[in-house]
Amino acid sequence: MSSRMFAVSRDDWSLHRTGHMDQQRHKEKVKEAIRNNLADLVAEESIILSDGQTVIKVPIRSLEEYRFRYDPDRRSRIGQGDGNTRQGETIGRAAAGPGHGSGGGGAGDMPGVDYYEAEITVDELADLIFADLGLPNLKPKGRPEMQQDAPRFDDVRRHGAMSNLDRRRTLKEAIKRSQRSAVRLSITRDDLRFKTWQEHRETHASAVVLAMMDTSGSMGAFEKYVARSFFFWMVRFLRTRYRTVQIVFLAHDSRAREVSKQEFFTKGESGGTRCSSVYELALSIAGERYPPEEHNVYAFHFSDGDNLPSDNDRCVELVGRLLSHCAAVGYAEVAAHRSSAGSTLRSALSSIEDPRFTCVTIRDKSDVYPALKAFFHGGPPQGPG
Amino acid sequence: MDDRELAQLLEAIETIHEHARRMGLDGFPMRYEICPADVLYTFGAYGMPARFSHWSFGKAFYRMKTEYDYNLSRIYELVINSDPCYAFLLEGNSLLQNKVIVAHVLAHSDFFKHNYRFAQTSRNMVETMSAHAARIRRYEMRYGRESVEALLDAALALQEQVDPHQALRRAPPVEPDEASKAPLRPSTPYDDLWELDELSTQARGEQTRVDGSNSRPGEGCRDLLLFLAEHARGLAEWQRDVLTIVREEMLYFWPQMETKVLNEGWATYWHARLMREMELTEEEAVEFARLHASVLARSRTHVNPYDLGYHILLDIEQRFGASGPGMSQPGDAAWQKLFEIRETETDLSLVRNYLTRELVEKLDLFVYRRDGDEWVVTDKDWHRVRDELVQQMTNCGVPVIVVADGDWRGSGELYLEHRYEGIQLDRVYAERTLPYVFRIWGRPVHLETVLDGKRAVLTCDGGRVVWK
Repeated sequence: MSSRMFAVSRDDWSLHRTGHMDQQRHKEKVKEAIRNNLADLVAEESIILSDGQTVIKVPIRSLEEYRFRYDPDRRSRIGQGDGNTRQGETIGRAAAGPGHGSGGGGAGDMPGVDYYEAEITVDELADLIFADLGLPNLKPKGRPEMQQDAPRFDDVRRHGAMSNLDRRRTLKEAIKRSQRSAVRLSITRDDLRFKTWQEHRETHASAVVLAMMDTSGSMGAFEKYVARSFFFWMVRFLRTRYRTVQIVFLAHDSRAREVSKQEFFTKGESGGTRCSSVYELALSIAGERYPPEEHNVYAFHFSDGDNLPSDNDRCVELVGRLLSHCAAVGYAEVAAHRSSAGSTLRSALSSIEDPRFTCVTIRDKSDVYPALKAFFHGGPPQGPG
Repeated sequence: MDDRELAQLLEAIETIHEHARRMGLDGFPMRYEICPADVLYTFGAYGMPARFSHWSFGKAFYRMKTEYDYNLSRIYELVINSDPCYAFLLEGNSLLQNKVIVAHVLAHSDFFKHNYRFAQTSRNMVETMSAHAARIRRYEMRYGRESVEALLDAALALQEQVDPHQALRRAPPVEPDEASKAPLRPSTPYDDLWELDELSTQARGEQTRVDGSNSRPGEGCRDLLLFLAEHARGLAEWQRDVLTIVREEMLYFWPQMETKVLNEGWATYWHARLMREMELTEEEAVEFARLHASVLARSRTHVNPYDLGYHILLDIEQRFGASGPGMSQPGDAAWQKLFEIRETETDLSLVRNYLTRELVEKLDLFVYRRDGDEWVVTDKDWHRVRDELVQQMTNCGVPVIVVADGDWRGSGELYLEHRYEGIQLDRVYAERTLPYVFRIWGRPVHLETVLDGKRAVLTCDGGRVVWK
């Protein structure tokens, strides 16, 4: 065996962490890239339309490894069939152009889909987005009825009612004891553990969002999409600060009415626009259902600004009254095609000087994030009133 | 793996080595290491047991590891071109899998030792790259992780822009000091006048170039990394070192990129043959058949190099007189032909010389391309298939970019030229890559290429990247 030309060994590889360390660095870079792209990601369709799906894929262009290469779409390639491939046969579908999600469905198998997709949970993304947001101008709402003593199970004791037995902990104790003393597993009285509660004083603060949207003929799919992504994050953000968040959807053209979420985001109508109608409706709903002492009302209105000029003064007056009722009021003008001047409604509303009133213009999807920031400019996180 | 299994493995390796030697395989001495999946995938991502650290390796590692965890793909082994030759076996491989892998990597080892493209590669690269890693780590500590990473980002983006045949022919004519000595005139209000003057010099320069005389610094150099390492003005010594390291490692890996089909075909041919010599139980025979089939598995969208290489070799063997696949005997004509091919061919020449019409039809190879949003088979003609493969293998599918002028207009700017051969560059990728050249060069850089049939020049002056 002396001339043996080989050796076999098994080393201790447990210290070999290089791959994990560089993977960590890669993750950091992904996060950095996401942070830099928040404005684009906030309005990313895959998130807004994800409906409960918790992990989403977001395209990260800055982490592609760029190099000089041939244009993949112009190259011919070689494939291999199972014996009877014919000329002209379609072997697969190309993904939509990069920049859109790959859409799933085996697109990854096809060439050319090369950009990096980071996986991130909606919660992680929300944390990043909400890092800069705060609740604006809160007035303490110290109504005593809003506070209640609520029981919360947060302690473990050795005595208690059998109905509160903590089975998992009890079993653990039994296993520990039997292992210590090397006897067969059995549960004795000493092993029993019970869940116990303590009374906590809780504030039942709730928020109400009055989502208002112009659904007149001039509002198209883009405008609705922008509103949708704005309300998505708005509600999500409020949920981190309030126990309950209710949303009331109000649509209007020249008249306003309360609608379902479905209708709110899909229905299109025709006719002229009278924004005062929706402000009136908002005021009456807020007054009837959500007295300001008990609720933090956030009213936000999306419109393209094509309002009847004669209606503008009335709008200004109504927004002023809304402000006395609400924690904050916002107006967003979606103006994909408008010149920078803004509408007459916008300039009329701009005259309102109240820090709780925000007026923004949204031209493309990436403006949604700044709009969120403008509306929730309350600075560092504060507790609800 | 317990001691009994280890003993079985040792015995099996002994037998396989014996058969291999008898049949003429002559590799480096082997070092087999058994390691867990995490470690094997790290090696896979880095290409080496120890290599400098960069997030792109972490990205590759993560992808491979995830695919392994989800059972989508699995690598069984990794083999390294070195003397002795290291082969890493995945902990948890069955005995039969290990037998196949041993037979497979023995042929790789033989290939590394004998194929002419590997003659120039360092056989101590494991140690060398580990030393590189240590150096780069020192630079990180001294100059900060961010600045090393920024440089590596640039260097890795350009790593394929080397001249893999440099060792085989004379180095391109570069006068080392020409570029760095180039005088910089102080800027004056009359610069535009001088530029007029320069324009006419340029026109003259164009003529002398047509005449074949070579007066521009770096002209014709296709080893961009080397050129940058030697001539970029603002670089510190450690930065030149990093560029040199990246280049050296790429040159080491290049022959493996050039011989993927032949090398894997060769290893597959031999694992099949050597396993035939082994005494297998019935279950082992079934397991082997399954494993061998998975190695040769085909895809509609890619060519499996194992499958293509294996079938070309079998075809050659039979054309040169063997009575059946894997039936050549040491010393006979078919055997000699196979061993000659493993020594003298690369993928490119193998396909050009030995891919026949019968093979293209038998393997059902076809040309396809994008048509709207569909991928459509455009050709089944064997000439087209072969020529397309040859084109893809040319320079390992990397566009050739050469230095046209390392002191363009006497201003110290770098003018690069893409050697356009009918396929245009990825526009977006070029726009994102040129700034990396700028990052290293430190002055405006230009890239001349052809877009949509027209000459186009991409310029990066640090801030903007524009097409002209």
